[in-house]
Amino acid sequence: MSEQERIITYADAGVEALREEMRRDGSIVYIGQGIGSRGGNFRQTKGLWQEFGDHRLRDTGICELGATGVAIGAAMAGTRTIVDEVFLDFALEAITQIIQQAANISYMSNGKIKAPVLIRGAMGSVRSAGAHHSHTFYNWFANTPGLKVVLPATPYDLKGLFKSSLREPGPVVFIEHKSLYNLKGVVPEKEYTIPLGEARIIREGKDLTIVAMSRMVDLAIKAAAALEQEGISAEVIDPRTIVPLDRERITDSIKKTGKLVVIDESPSSCSFAAELLAIAVEDCFNEMQVIPKRICSLSVPNPFSPVLENLMIPSVERVVREIHAMMKNVRRKS
Amino acid sequence: MSGKTLEVEHKLLLDYYKKMLELRVFEVKVQELYRNGRLPGFVHLYVGEEAVAVGVCSNLKTEDLVFSTHRGHGHALAKGVPGRVVLAELWGKVTGSSGGRGGSMHMYAPEYGFMGTNGIVGAPIPLATGGGLTAKLRKQGHVVVSFFGEGAVNSGSFHEAVNFGAVWNLPVIYVCENNLYATEMAFARATKNTSVASRAASYGMKGVEVDGQDVMAVHEAAAEAIRTARADGGPTLIECKTYRYVGHHEGDPGTDYRTREEVQVWKLKDPVKRARKQLLEFGVEESKLQAVDEEVEVWIEEAVQFAEGSSEPLPESVSEHVY
Repeated sequence: MSEQERIITYADAGVEALREEMRRDGSIVYIGQGIGSRGGNFRQTKGLWQEFGDHRLRDTGICELGATGVAIGAAMAGTRTIVDEVFLDFALEAITQIIQQAANISYMSNGKIKAPVLIRGAMGSVRSAGAHHSHTFYNWFANTPGLKVVLPATPYDLKGLFKSSLREPGPVVFIEHKSLYNLKGVVPEKEYTIPLGEARIIREGKDLTIVAMSRMVDLAIKAAAALEQEGISAEVIDPRTIVPLDRERITDSIKKTGKLVVIDESPSSCSFAAELLAIAVEDCFNEMQVIPKRICSLSVPNPFSPVLENLMIPSVERVVREIHAMMKNVRRKS
Repeated sequence: MSGKTLEVEHKLLLDYYKKMLELRVFEVKVQELYRNGRLPGFVHLYVGEEAVAVGVCSNLKTEDLVFSTHRGHGHALAKGVPGRVVLAELWGKVTGSSGGRGGSMHMYAPEYGFMGTNGIVGAPIPLATGGGLTAKLRKQGHVVVSFFGEGAVNSGSFHEAVNFGAVWNLPVIYVCENNLYATEMAFARATKNTSVASRAASYGMKGVEVDGQDVMAVHEAAAEAIRTARADGGPTLIECKTYRYVGHHEGDPGTDYRTREEVQVWKLKDPVKRARKQLLEFGVEESKLQAVDEEVEVWIEEAVQFAEGSSEPLPESVSEHVY
């Protein structure tokens, strides 16, 4: 197997990015619960403690508020820090520190103080984790000036985006998806980074544009493959970072296809999908051939029952069905 | 008192007297400007608590960090931020410590080791603890001071932060300014254990209580805690018993929840007058103190002129420094 074709998991891609960056930048300190000798609840820090030790892999008790505040304060004083909330849900314990302190500090200090802190958390539903462990509220962070928000969908993107995020001057909310940790993909061993704010066109198409993030990318790809069998050519785009957003690449695609579908694991109301529809209206109104569509989770807390949870989250079948309905309403080009 | 000669001590007290007077005069001026509608926003004044900021910060170097509170003008001044820069910030001017982007509760001057006032009670305690982590990792003997009121100690932020400070043995001095009221809430109504210093034991940390109206006593207590922290001996919790003569914020008369008599009793222990009286007893001449008083008057008038005469931020700068 050539080096370019090396295949590793999403979790291991993150570990590799961390190892490289912690070797490169001796000031990086990683704070979180179970991230030391245990190697992380999701194996997301496996082997790092053995190399970097207690001083740089700082295990904590269960106290996200304090740990996040400590990570932000250390960053304000000049140490690049990572704070691992483990489950993104647990960031809610620390939300005041993230929104009020980390996000505001650069502006409030007139740019004199930066907080180079990476806030890491795994989101999304996986195997009936239930309402307390399945949230996908990345859109909340995106609504806060001062935070960058990163949502890698593949091992390749995870590594490249992680490395870039660890070189950002200010706070980054880095959100993985729990159900992707075992996903395998090609990750080159050679050094690379992916700039924040650069969307990826996963497959080109001419009939409609599907935008999806994180785990929903996989659904989009599968739906596009199914549609192709029917002669519908879908372009699939993953923004990868929603702040900053690659507005141009997305709107160029919408202008080309005249149709937009957004797949979003969050509930639709005030979601990132809603933001994309607004952007489509603002930038692509004249080119749009049909009312744009958002395919989101139902607006209910994550149910425990597998039957109900599967109903709540977008599925490939639902995506295809919604797109069929949309295609029937396309206006003829005048 | 730690083997200093009487002469040295008098000189130090004179320095602290001057600094405390600056803090007092500054806040009285801010009160006047605010009441006359000349300053925007909201202000929480430090009148009555000067001995704490001055007693603690007189031990610090520029590289040592201070994380302050919503009642933080005094901490900024005591840490060395020039009065005119603080006042310009309160005025929203471009010459302010945050270029007018912060205001009273969000002023930052890292060039003086001042890591900010803060609009959220409790929130700066974890931040200060993180500052302590950076100081410890850098191994240069720097320390961090975390100021907070007794109103913060019932918050989860306090608990989680001091627990980190203790378990990681960080060079942080946790200074509680116990002025007895959180807005209008009497401490004894908010908690069963009203000894903040005693709580240190719960975290395996040293706790001390000090008369917060006695600048030399605060200075000595802080000096010992700072010596310990610089020698990697870990954090200390210092409870300073103090009082604010004014309301919680400007606009609150501060008399609905406490008696005028109580305020008067505390004013008898006024730290500035107390230092002045001590200096006279030590034989410092009245004329010398008057000269100091006049210097401070000139200082504040210059600060007002500077701040008032400074420019407003440029409209086109509104989106700068977000990221």
